[in-house]
Amino acid sequence: MKEDHTSERQLKYLNASTRRLIWWRYRKHTLAMIGLVSICGMYFTAVFCEFLAPYNKDTIHLEAIYSPISKIYLFDKDNKLCWPFVRQCRLELDLEHYKATVIEVSGTHFPIKFLVKGDPYHFWGEWKWDRHLFGVEKPGTLFLFGADRMGRDVFSRCLYGTRISLSIGMIGVLMSLLLGVTLGGVSGYFGGWSDGIIQRIIETIRCFPSIPLWMGLSAAMPPHWPALKVYFAITIILSLVGWTDLARMVRGKLMSLREEEFVLAAKFIGASDARIIFKHLLPSFMSHIIVSVTLAIPGMILAETALSFLGIGLRPPITSLGVLLKEAQNVTTVALYPWLLLPVFFVIIIVLSFNFVGDGLRDAVDPYSR
Amino acid sequence: MLAYLIRRIMIMIPTLIAISIISFTIIQLPPGDFLTTYVAQLSASGETVDQAELESLRTRFGLDQPMYIQYLKWAWNFIHGDFGHSFEWNKPVSELIGERLSLTVVISVCTLLFTWAVSIPIGIYSAVRQYSWLDYILTVLGFIGLATPNFLLALVLLWVSYAYFGLSIGGLFSPHFADAPWSFAKVIDLMEHLWVPVIIVGLAHTAKFIRIIRGNLLDELRKPYVVTARAKGLSETRLILKYPVRVAINPLVSTIGWTLPELISGIAITAVVLNLPTTGPLLLSALMSQDMQLAGTFIMFLSCLTVIGTLVSDILLAWVDPRIRFGAREGL
Repeated sequence: MKEDHTSERQLKYLNASTRRLIWWRYRKHTLAMIGLVSICGMYFTAVFCEFLAPYNKDTIHLEAIYSPISKIYLFDKDNKLCWPFVRQCRLELDLEHYKATVIEVSGTHFPIKFLVKGDPYHFWGEWKWDRHLFGVEKPGTLFLFGADRMGRDVFSRCLYGTRISLSIGMIGVLMSLLLGVTLGGVSGYFGGWSDGIIQRIIETIRCFPSIPLWMGLSAAMPPHWPALKVYFAITIILSLVGWTDLARMVRGKLMSLREEEFVLAAKFIGASDARIIFKHLLPSFMSHIIVSVTLAIPGMILAETALSFLGIGLRPPITSLGVLLKEAQNVTTVALYPWLLLPVFFVIIIVLSFNFVGDGLRDAVDPYSR
Repeated sequence: MLAYLIRRIMIMIPTLIAISIISFTIIQLPPGDFLTTYVAQLSASGETVDQAELESLRTRFGLDQPMYIQYLKWAWNFIHGDFGHSFEWNKPVSELIGERLSLTVVISVCTLLFTWAVSIPIGIYSAVRQYSWLDYILTVLGFIGLATPNFLLALVLLWVSYAYFGLSIGGLFSPHFADAPWSFAKVIDLMEHLWVPVIIVGLAHTAKFIRIIRGNLLDELRKPYVVTARAKGLSETRLILKYPVRVAINPLVSTIGWTLPELISGIAITAVVLNLPTTGPLLLSALMSQDMQLAGTFIMFLSCLTVIGTLVSDILLAWVDPRIRFGAREGL
């Protein structure tokens, strides 16, 4: 390979591993890079949400029920630029119209501070701490996304909801990956009657409109189950439908690959079927699996959001983005308190990012694309 | 063609049996049978339940028999149009579902036609004028349409129309038509309300189809036959519409099979948000109150709609593409 006139650049290209080549091609895709950055940010948020959120998800502020989005001021009363601050809020009861509105009181200023002392929390359920990345000191309140009917901070709840929604997507996809690779592998590698049966099962499952089927399965859960058990049941229900796409992809790839010479060679040496599948075949279409998985995650997240929104998915105290949106189910409530719709944007950003990354990866791993 | 048709219908039978087994399983999944619910309802309203009467009811509904006998009985009744009894509404299930199912079918077909009507011209435009600013705008809109789940879109639209225009876009009929018998005026009224759910459910699919058509058409436009046609002096419009477009829209027909379940799914959940008198809200309330006979029938029928839709798509495809009629159908 090495010739005298090959420049250093070319040499680098020729010696690069497949992984590096994919990364170079992926990097050229602007939207995919944006998606990657935003997904990394989302997972970072999900991991450190106790610290990043200004409040705990269940902290109730009785004096701030349905508080609107806090106004952040940059100018003080002399119209001079100063450190951003919020004003104190008070609950005003209107007994004639039976309405409670939160109004601002001028006077006291609460500057926004970093590493502020707030609600104590157990970080990852282990280490106790009470500092939050940003916030205001009590009795001031900072509601970036407003507050809900119990005076809980919607922004903090969104961060906690992102954690649950992302984890549902991950666990659900892992489970459907397990099912899909196993069953698709058996179906594609052995063929024959096992292939026939598995293909019929997949076809039948795909005939069901997914949301009614999910609704039926999750409504069958006993209502007295604890929230954590419901969480796992929901991931299982979601992956029960989700594995079919992966299985079809794995089957198709295996069917075309099992005729290759390297499989024949492995067979002659006396390698077992499991060894051939996992050691020789699986690595050669790993990239396709990763693409399918990336594109399957948003579907899972959306499905969970839909189920929780309808009230048959996750239940409080577990807070996912769908559980948050359930508060916004009634249009009259939303008309009065439109900030309850803000979790929608979290859902859209998550789904968009995963789609961008999936598309970018698909283009990058395809050796025939330019 | 006839032989293909018969073979295709024969394949449907095992699928339908499998679907019915799954639907029956869903009916049986919640703990207890519907008599338990019934007893709970009676005791909630203060009535006492006679144990002997309960036993006789149990025998009457065949609940003391093994599961497979119950299944066979249920399936037998189902074929003969007896779908069981809804305890929540205290009516036979067949009375409840008829109109709702047909409205679901109407909305799905309209949505499918809408997505085609919108996505084909836009897809052709984006492919022919690739990288024009309109192509970029449409691509971005398409991505957003793909990422926004339709029930959230419904929610946002509902809020915008309510808060800023004072309109309520929910429902399928004006109040005075809701319970009226079917008439020409009611059909007109339905048409006036139909566009909202059709657009909401159709948006994601329109976006998907635009991308499919654009991608396929771009591949076709690079092929030599297009150059030949152009060299012969065919006008550009005729050239594109006559050959590459016909190949590029083929997937729209072949994907009806999986588009229909997705459309029906989308309608089910959008209907809950928009409060449409289709299957969605009733299915949800049936599931909430564990009225499983009603819920199971809905799931069974919705799946049957898909199976029939797939059949129609296969027949259409065989009619369009003669290769499928004769060879084994690979891939799909």
